[in-house]
Amino acid sequence: MTQRTAVENSALNIVVLVKYVPDAQFDRHLTGDAHRLDRNESILSELDEYALEAALALTDARGGAKGGNTVTALTLGPAAAAAAVKKSLQIGATQGLHVSDDALAGSDASATSLALAAAIQSLGQVDLVITGMASTDGETSIIPAQLAARLDLPQITFASALDVTGTTVTARRDGDDFSEEIQATLPALVSVTDQANEPRYPNFKGIIAAKKKKVTTVSLAELGVAADAVGHAGSLTQVTAAAERPARTAGTIITDSGDAGIQLVDFLAAQKLI
Amino acid sequence: MSAIVVYVDQLDAPGKLSTTTAQLLTLARSAGDPVAVVAGAVTPELLAELGAQGVSRVLASEQAELGQFLVAPKADLVAQAAAAVSASAVLVENSAAGKEIAARVGVALNAGVITDAVSVTHDGGTLLAHKSVLAGSWTVEARATSAVAVISVKAHSVEASAAAQASSPDVETIEVAFAPASLGARVVSRTPRAASGRPELEDARIVVAGGRGVDGDFTPIEELADVLGAAVGASRAATDAGWISHASQVGQTGKKVSPQLYISVGISGAIQQKAGMQTSKLIVAVNKDSESPIFEIADFGIVGDLFQVLPQAVEEIKKRRA
Repeated sequence: MTQRTAVENSALNIVVLVKYVPDAQFDRHLTGDAHRLDRNESILSELDEYALEAALALTDARGGAKGGNTVTALTLGPAAAAAAVKKSLQIGATQGLHVSDDALAGSDASATSLALAAAIQSLGQVDLVITGMASTDGETSIIPAQLAARLDLPQITFASALDVTGTTVTARRDGDDFSEEIQATLPALVSVTDQANEPRYPNFKGIIAAKKKKVTTVSLAELGVAADAVGHAGSLTQVTAAAERPARTAGTIITDSGDAGIQLVDFLAAQKLI
Repeated sequence: MSAIVVYVDQLDAPGKLSTTTAQLLTLARSAGDPVAVVAGAVTPELLAELGAQGVSRVLASEQAELGQFLVAPKADLVAQAAAAVSASAVLVENSAAGKEIAARVGVALNAGVITDAVSVTHDGGTLLAHKSVLAGSWTVEARATSAVAVISVKAHSVEASAAAQASSPDVETIEVAFAPASLGARVVSRTPRAASGRPELEDARIVVAGGRGVDGDFTPIEELADVLGAAVGASRAATDAGWISHASQVGQTGKKVSPQLYISVGISGAIQQKAGMQTSKLIVAVNKDSESPIFEIADFGIVGDLFQVLPQAVEEIKKRRA
């Protein structure tokens, strides 16, 4: 990723990370000796839709694809993960990049960020990498920071508002104690929260147009990443045991007939909570 | 014994050791040789507190960059200090900033990173992190296979206690070489948010949370929270409606809480909400709709009008205490 000398509101090349994750509406399971996530019933991670929307809003303001802007939806995962890219193209991304390789199975955050960094570098000039605030499966939210460290990019995480003027990206972060305005010079990496925007849905025109958009599938070898740098061999953490928590069961349910507040206090007193 | 580095932030609340950092030092002491890495000034009071924790070494930097550029320079400090003392593990608190420091230290030291640990045990020299995953529906044990383990640990995973023997470490100044990109994201303005005076959501023993059912009026929630010394939480529906700050949101995209008692009021209990609270020890639910999914997981459920039930409970608590 080379430094750019863009003029005011010139075209942007943005990469958005999109992940194909098990739908949280269904029961999710770990499976096998390595305790990996069962990836049936998967969808585009809901939190990645905010990242995609942020990218599309920035490029729409500069004339979209016709204005030379690109939004590349990047995913890493098995063949089925291509569905996350496909949906992103239907929503409005201009092209897709899918890193697919059997050796990736079982990659932890470190191995995943290593492969993602190589994929982003393969795209040449990138102005912005935009991600969601976390995946809805692993939920660790450490990939953005690892990716920024590997690509040597300034990182602005948990942005609740985002704008680019010239070569400056400005974001707002709403923490517990402070609301901050942060600036960085492009290229940069930004993760956005679910407060950043209202994601758009694919429409009929978008679904038709997506069929003509280019999706490139690349292997690790094509990215110059050794197979043993990722997957189980390249991961630096290991899950050594896993157990399903017993499901919570319903307790006492009462219907208020005028004294439920008092019964609530009785319950709290019995639990020694007041 | 090998060195276990604990990151001590003295930039936002300087002068004393936070409760969570004291917990991390207690944990480090039980597993190895605790080393404090301090960003900011080491006051005599802080040094005494670190000594009471039995810290063997204190490495500190007051370089201005640590406070001006979000977390990346802090991660540079922690990584370089951990390398200098040949640490076998790095412990940080499980805040958003703590997790990012862990992430970047992992890249710098080629170390495995485990986040969201609710407890840390050790098997010989190896630290084992225990955490819950998939919205609290599974628990796992994980370990780093690298020479250094980086773990972010949730509050209250261990009770802070003083060392049997206090130490009197010197302060060793460390000169951090910041990576250029670490100084790339500048804080251009900072606006303090109004303090509620209530406990922090993630630290609170009791949480009272309101949802769509409060219909814009959080007064009954706040009154019950105050009489219980509880933190106030909210569902995404309530924060999206603008009834309460987004910082109060509990759920998949908000805070994950695990208090002794979670009182869910006017919240239906969709999966995204449950993801943030279902590891609470006890769950009480108040909702008008008896079909709400929250009643499937509540230890005590009240089908009723929150505007009747909550004020009655508040009065009753006050009466019993009088």
